Amino acid sequence: MKFYLRFLLLLIIASNSVLAQTIEQGELHGNFQLDAQYYNQDSLIGAPAVPEKILSNGFMNLWYTKGNFTGGIRYENYLNVMQGFDSRYKGSGIPFKFASYKNDKLEATAGNFYEQFGGGMVLRAYEERGLGYDNAFDGFRVRYQPIKGLYLKGLIARQRAFFALSPGIIRAFDLEVNVNELIPQLENSKTAVIFGGSAVSRYQKDQSDLYNLPENVAAFSGRLNIIRGKFNLQSEYGYKINDPNATNNSIYHPGQALSVTTTYSTKGLGILLSAKRLDNFDFRSDRTATGIGSNVNFLPAMAQQHTYNLPATIYPYATQPNCEMGFQAEVNYRLKKGSKLGGKYGTEIKVNFSGTNDIVKNAAENDTLGYTSPFFEVGKQMIFRDFHIEIHRKFNAKWKATVMYLNWVYNKDVIQGLSGFGTIFADMAVVDVAYKINASHTIRLEAQSLLSKQDFGSWAMGMIEYTFAPNWFVAVLDQYNYGNPDSNKQIHYITGNTGFNKNGNRIMLQYGRQRAGIFCVGGVCRNVPASNGFSISITSSF
Amino acid sequence: MKQILLLSLLFSGLLSAQVLDNKRPLPSVDIKTLDGKSFNSADFDNGGKPMIINFWATWCKPCIAELTNIDEVYEEWVKETGVKIIAVSIDDSRNATKVAPFVNGRGWTYEIYLDPNSDLKRALNVNNPPQTFLINGKKEIVWQHNGYTEGSEKELYEMVKKLAEGKPLN
Repeated sequence: MKFYLRFLLLLIIASNSVLAQTIEQGELHGNFQLDAQYYNQDSLIGAPAVPEKILSNGFMNLWYTKGNFTGGIRYENYLNVMQGFDSRYKGSGIPFKFASYKNDKLEATAGNFYEQFGGGMVLRAYEERGLGYDNAFDGFRVRYQPIKGLYLKGLIARQRAFFALSPGIIRAFDLEVNVNELIPQLENSKTAVIFGGSAVSRYQKDQSDLYNLPENVAAFSGRLNIIRGKFNLQSEYGYKINDPNATNNSIYHPGQALSVTTTYSTKGLGILLSAKRLDNFDFRSDRTATGIGSNVNFLPAMAQQHTYNLPATIYPYATQPNCEMGFQAEVNYRLKKGSKLGGKYGTEIKVNFSGTNDIVKNAAENDTLGYTSPFFEVGKQMIFRDFHIEIHRKFNAKWKATVMYLNWVYNKDVIQGLSGFGTIFADMAVVDVAYKINASHTIRLEAQSLLSKQDFGSWAMGMIEYTFAPNWFVAVLDQYNYGNPDSNKQIHYITGNTGFNKNGNRIMLQYGRQRAGIFCVGGVCRNVPASNGFSISITSSF
Repeated sequence: MKQILLLSLLFSGLLSAQVLDNKRPLPSVDIKTLDGKSFNSADFDNGGKPMIINFWATWCKPCIAELTNIDEVYEEWVKETGVKIIAVSIDDSRNATKVAPFVNGRGWTYEIYLDPNSDLKRALNVNNPPQTFLINGKKEIVWQHNGYTEGSEKELYEMVKKLAEGKPLN
């Protein structure tokens, strides 16, 4: 801790004195967020009494940049940590501090940093503060571009696990070649080719008496991106050497991952086709870790990330890193402005289908290997299906609307790691209408419905939002579980929100009931408990 | 106690920074173009005319509303002020491949970049999308706005016009 304090103090003194002397050359900038909630006990929805009454999470980033040098820190506090976040976020501290130097060819960073190789299949450290997710590296990283078109990255670091470090040491290297930049004759070629490869190794001491655990576990990946005119093909393949860990029942089966996406797009039309296979690819800097945390790689869900309330919160999909075969297709089409069907302003149509099954697992000759899996065979168990169509149209200067229909299949047992819930079939519809009263006042109504005979049964949701640009909004929404088979649980979850924005600042107040469920931002999900109370959120960037 | 002391020091530094220096140059961070090339954010350029940098994502509804609404008036904005909009997608690898078909499918004509690991987002201290920065002809950040409410593009355009005419922003 002493080291951090000294580091911090030096940084502040340096920045303050520099500010005082040569203001035009260096800048101090940052952002902060403070969330606090007052909790009411609400036995009807299962919100427990909170002894502290008020809980809060907050952080502030402060960066100093001068020429090629950047340094910064992040102070975080959890007094005490809010419900739904990991309880290992305890108290306060400065878990993020770094210094980096960057010129045209070289960038060196000491301390904490985030990094992603390719699509993140074998390595990605990132933060999602709204979910309490942060697996930042703590170590040393170099990015180097020796010649045009050739990009190298290397790092050696440990990973953040709440206010501690994960036990594994990560050594990683990545190379990317942009062929058209490398070979001057190809600079104006119609076809662009970019390829790359990564190697990542984790060292963690074997302390088991029972097993003979590999102390060094390596993962490799290769990727290829070809762009020709309106076509774009992106693919990445990954392989992980035996890695018995807490998420795969300590089997020695090697891991494999493949992702292929191809797109075609031209003005007014965009098409995407994508396929993915994951077999035993959960890779962590701590082989005993489960749940959220200590992830070395990033395996995003191959499904639409929804933002309308019911599809986003009731049955959101989460990746199955150890066994998944998925497919997704999407078409975006715009009916032309002024055409008969498109109307005066044009009409946007989106159709998306995504589906995920498990992989085939056959008994292995040897128990410790767990299973064998034929690469191209799709497993019989359905995990998730999402078909939806969305149409957006502006009718005139006053009115615009979005309508959406969704059809879902959701294997709750597999996705949420439970048993006895089975597979849920649901149909959903969304209608979103906005009316512009005048240049700065707009009223927006949302009505949503989820029909299902299983689990919690059917839901309805209604929202009314009033905005006055550019600074204010007020909204009231009600999620109503009218179809719950238990009539005592046919509850209204009503919340009221208001917010004020000005420049880089935002303040938001909320009062009401929140349903227990999965809350997802940016493709990562966490469970939030039911709560009832008043909350405030302040964000600012400067 | 130590931490309180340090924090107050931090705040004092921060305040002096705001008072003395509210014009930041563009940070130098590597992001990607839609055709996979590396691009340094310090090289954003509009020949001495104003630029708008907008952080958005394919999953962010207010971002899409904002960019859709501006799309209707963008041609006029460009004609009158010469402004250029740079739309930086912070979609991660789950959605980054969707950005090009998404943008083309809507017929947007903005300059689009990808920031899949949020490096530029962090360097500009963006909390949540959408966030908009206004850049003057000397490539300095002169104004920013977080969030989008229907109609607030008018305020943004007022700022752009002032900037283009060389008037003070406040």
